[in-house]
Amino acid sequence: MASSSDSNTPRGEAWVWFTGLGLIIGLGMVIGLLSLVLVNGITVFWAPPVPVAQIDDGRTVIGQLAQRRIRAGSLANAPQYERQYQVGLRELNGNSYLWVDEAKVKTETFPADVLGLERVEHGPAFVRPQALRKSDGKVIPITDPAFESALQAEVSAAVVVREKFEEITRHRIGDVNREMDEARVALRRAEDLKLADEIPVLRRQIDGLEERFVLLKAEAQKVVNSGAVATLDSKDAAGRAVVIPLTQIVRAWFPNRLDTWGRTQLFASRLGEFIFHEPREANTEGGLMPAIFGTLVMTVFMSLLVTPFGVITAIYLREYAQNGPILRIVRISVNNLAGVPSIVFGVFGLGFFVYVLGGSIDQLFFSDQLKYNNNTPVFGTGGLLWCSLTLALMTLPVVIVATEEALSAVPRGMREASLASGASKWQTIRDILLPASAPGILTGVILAMARGAGEVAPLMLVGVVKLAPTLPFDTVAPFLHMDRKFMHLGFHVYDLGFQSPDSDAARPMVFATTLLLIALVVTLNIGAIWIRNRLRARFKGAAF
Amino acid sequence: MNPSTSRIQVRPSAEREGRKDYISIRDYGFWYGQKKALDAISLDIPERQVVAFIGPSGCGKSTLLRNLNRMNDLVDGISHEGDITINGRSIYDPGLEVISLRRRVGMVFQKSNPFPKSVYENVVFALRVMGVRDRSILDEACETSLRKAALWDEVKDRLQDSALGLSGGQMQRLCIARAIANRPEILLMDEPCSALDPIATGKIEELIHELKEQFTIVIVTHSMQQAARVSDRTAFFYLGKQIEYDTTEKIFMNPSQAQTEAYISGRFG
Repeated sequence: MASSSDSNTPRGEAWVWFTGLGLIIGLGMVIGLLSLVLVNGITVFWAPPVPVAQIDDGRTVIGQLAQRRIRAGSLANAPQYERQYQVGLRELNGNSYLWVDEAKVKTETFPADVLGLERVEHGPAFVRPQALRKSDGKVIPITDPAFESALQAEVSAAVVVREKFEEITRHRIGDVNREMDEARVALRRAEDLKLADEIPVLRRQIDGLEERFVLLKAEAQKVVNSGAVATLDSKDAAGRAVVIPLTQIVRAWFPNRLDTWGRTQLFASRLGEFIFHEPREANTEGGLMPAIFGTLVMTVFMSLLVTPFGVITAIYLREYAQNGPILRIVRISVNNLAGVPSIVFGVFGLGFFVYVLGGSIDQLFFSDQLKYNNNTPVFGTGGLLWCSLTLALMTLPVVIVATEEALSAVPRGMREASLASGASKWQTIRDILLPASAPGILTGVILAMARGAGEVAPLMLVGVVKLAPTLPFDTVAPFLHMDRKFMHLGFHVYDLGFQSPDSDAARPMVFATTLLLIALVVTLNIGAIWIRNRLRARFKGAAF
Repeated sequence: MNPSTSRIQVRPSAEREGRKDYISIRDYGFWYGQKKALDAISLDIPERQVVAFIGPSGCGKSTLLRNLNRMNDLVDGISHEGDITINGRSIYDPGLEVISLRRRVGMVFQKSNPFPKSVYENVVFALRVMGVRDRSILDEACETSLRKAALWDEVKDRLQDSALGLSGGQMQRLCIARAIANRPEILLMDEPCSALDPIATGKIEELIHELKEQFTIVIVTHSMQQAARVSDRTAFFYLGKQIEYDTTEKIFMNPSQAQTEAYISGRFG
C-alpha cells in the first residue's frame, strides 16, 4: 500500500504507447497498400526510355524494363539480379516478356530510332523502323525528317478507319442482329399460332433485315480496304524484317526521343483510353469503360434498393415493435446476417432471385420469348437487377443497424415535444425523427456502398461477366436494361490476375484496375459524405 | 436556497371566474413497473389559475405532471389507479384519443427542445400535424403565439432561420409559443426555467402571468421563490405523497404541515 502510493507519476501511462503502436501498424498497412497500388497503377501508363541491350550470348534485346529482381538461388550476401524486358512482338518472339541475367547484359544504349507501338492484336511491339509506305504509294525512309509526322498522320487516319469499322460492326450490325432475333421469334410464334396475316409481313421484314446486313458487311469491308494500304517496314532486335500494316497500330511513339511534355501527353492519352474506351485483347489492353459503368450503376442501384428496405425495417424494430424475446432474436439475427460470408448471398441470389424470381418473371411476362427462342431466359439468368438485389440483401444489416442507432440517438426531448404537440407516432417519425437521423442513416448507406462496390464473389454467380457485348444502358427503350449481364471492376481484377493467358502482360493492368476500383469507391463515398455534411449543416447545433 | 420564509414574496392571488375542479385528480396512484411513484393523490386545479408543484427531487411532482397529458405512456410497464378528469372527462376514457388530449394540454419541458427546423415551422408544428395547410391561418397563429410568448419582436425578421440559432431563453420561449400555438386549454410546465439565467427566468415568469388569463397552468419548479411568485395555488409532494395543497399564500405563510414548513424554509430537501 505504502510503496504503491509513494510515486506521484500516474500509473498506466505507458499504455498510451501501446495503443499508439496499434494505430501506427494499422495506418502503416493502409498507407503501404494504397501507395503500392498507386505507384504500380499509375506507372503503367508512363512511357520510359527503351534500351537496346547487347547480351553475352550475342543476342540483342529491345524492350521496356518491366521488373528487376534477385535471381532465385543467388547468394544473399552477393545478390545477382535479373531483369525482365517487355520486348513485345509476341507473334515473332512467342512471348512478350524476356528474363535476362543482369550480369550477362554487356551494353545498354538508348538509340533515338527505337519505336514503340501499341497494336490491335498481339500486344505491343518495340522495333527499329526503316521506312513508311504511305497509302498513296510514297515511301518515306526513316532518315527523312518528315518521317515521324507522316507516321503519326497515318496512325491517326488508321484510328479513324478503325472507329468507323467498329461503329458499323458493333453498333449498326448489332442493332440489325437484335431486330432480326426479335423478328425471328415473332415469326416462329406466328407460324406456331397460324397467324396467317402476320407471317408474310414478318418474312418480308426478315428479308429486309438480311439485305441491310449484307449491305453493312460490304460497307465495313469497304472501310477496311480504304485504310489497308499503308505499312511500316521495320526490323526487330535480331535484324529480321517486320512489316506492320498501319491498320494494326493504335499508338506509336519514339520512347527515346520524347521530352517530359511528350511523355505526359502520351500518359494522358493512355489514361484517357483506359477510362473511356472498351477493352481489347482479352481485356489485357484498352479501356475499362464498361466495367466502370457497370460497377457504378450496380452500386447506385444497390444503394437505392437497400436504403428504403433498411430504413423501413429499422423504423419498425425501433419505434413500433414490442420489446421482448422475439425482438431480441430478430436483432441478433440481423447482426449475424452481417457476418454471413458473401458467397452465401451469391448462392442464395442464384437460387432464389435468378431461378425462382427471375424464372417466374419469365414464365409470366416472357413466355413467348421462352417458347419460341430456344428457352433463352430473360430475367431467369444472371443480370444487373439480381446483382443489385443480392448485394442489397448483403448490406441490409449495415443500414438497419445504422438507422436504429441514428433513431435512438435523436434526443428524447425532441420526440416528447412532437408527441406533446399532438403529433401521432407516424407524424413524429416522418417529420422529426427521420430528418434528424438522416445523417446517421447516410453513414450506414456509405458503409453499405463501400462494402457493396468492392464485393466480387457473389456477383460471379448472379450476373457479372468477363466481357459484356453491350452496356446495361442504351438508347433502346427502356434504356436501362436490368436483365443484362455487365462487367465489374472487382471481377475484372480477378479475371485479369487469375484467368489471363499472359499473366505478365496482365500484371500492370491488375494494378491499374485496382487503383481505378479504389478511386471509384472513394469517389462514391466522398459524394455520400458531401451529402451527409450538407444534411448535418442543416441540423447544426442539435445534439447528434 | 433562501432559508427564511419571511423573505419570500407572495403575490396575492386574484380569484378569477372558472370551474373550480377543472382538472380533478382523485385517489390517483401510479407505478413504474413494481415501483410506486405516486400514492393517493387527490387535488383539484381551478380553471385559469397557476398551480405549482413543489417538492424534493424524486417526490413524484414531474410524474404527476407528465400524467396530465399522458406523456408517461411512452414508458414501458406503467400502471395507475384512481382517475384524472379534465373538465369532467377522464383522460383514460377509452373513447378519448391520446392525441386529442395532448392537443388540449400543451407542454413545455425542462430542457428547451426546439425542432431542427425554422422558427416558423417550430411554432406552427402543432397546426401542421392537425392538417392545417392554409398559409394565412399558419401565419396568423405564428405571429399570435410568438407575441404571447413575448418573442415576436426578437425573431420577426428571422422566422425562416433555424431555431437552433436562438439563445437559451429565446429557445424556451419558442417552446412556449409552440405549445400554445394550437390554443390548448391547459399548459404544463416542467421546470421551465431550470436551465435559464435570472433575466430569461424573469421574462418567462412575466409570461406565465399573462398566459394565465387564457390558460390553466400547472408548473413544476424547484425554486420556492418562483412558486411563490407565479402561482395561485401550490401543492407540496414528498416521496410520492401529496403532503399539502392550498393557496400559495397559505402554503408559504402558514403551512399546516410541519414537513411543508421544513421544506420551504430550507431545512430539508
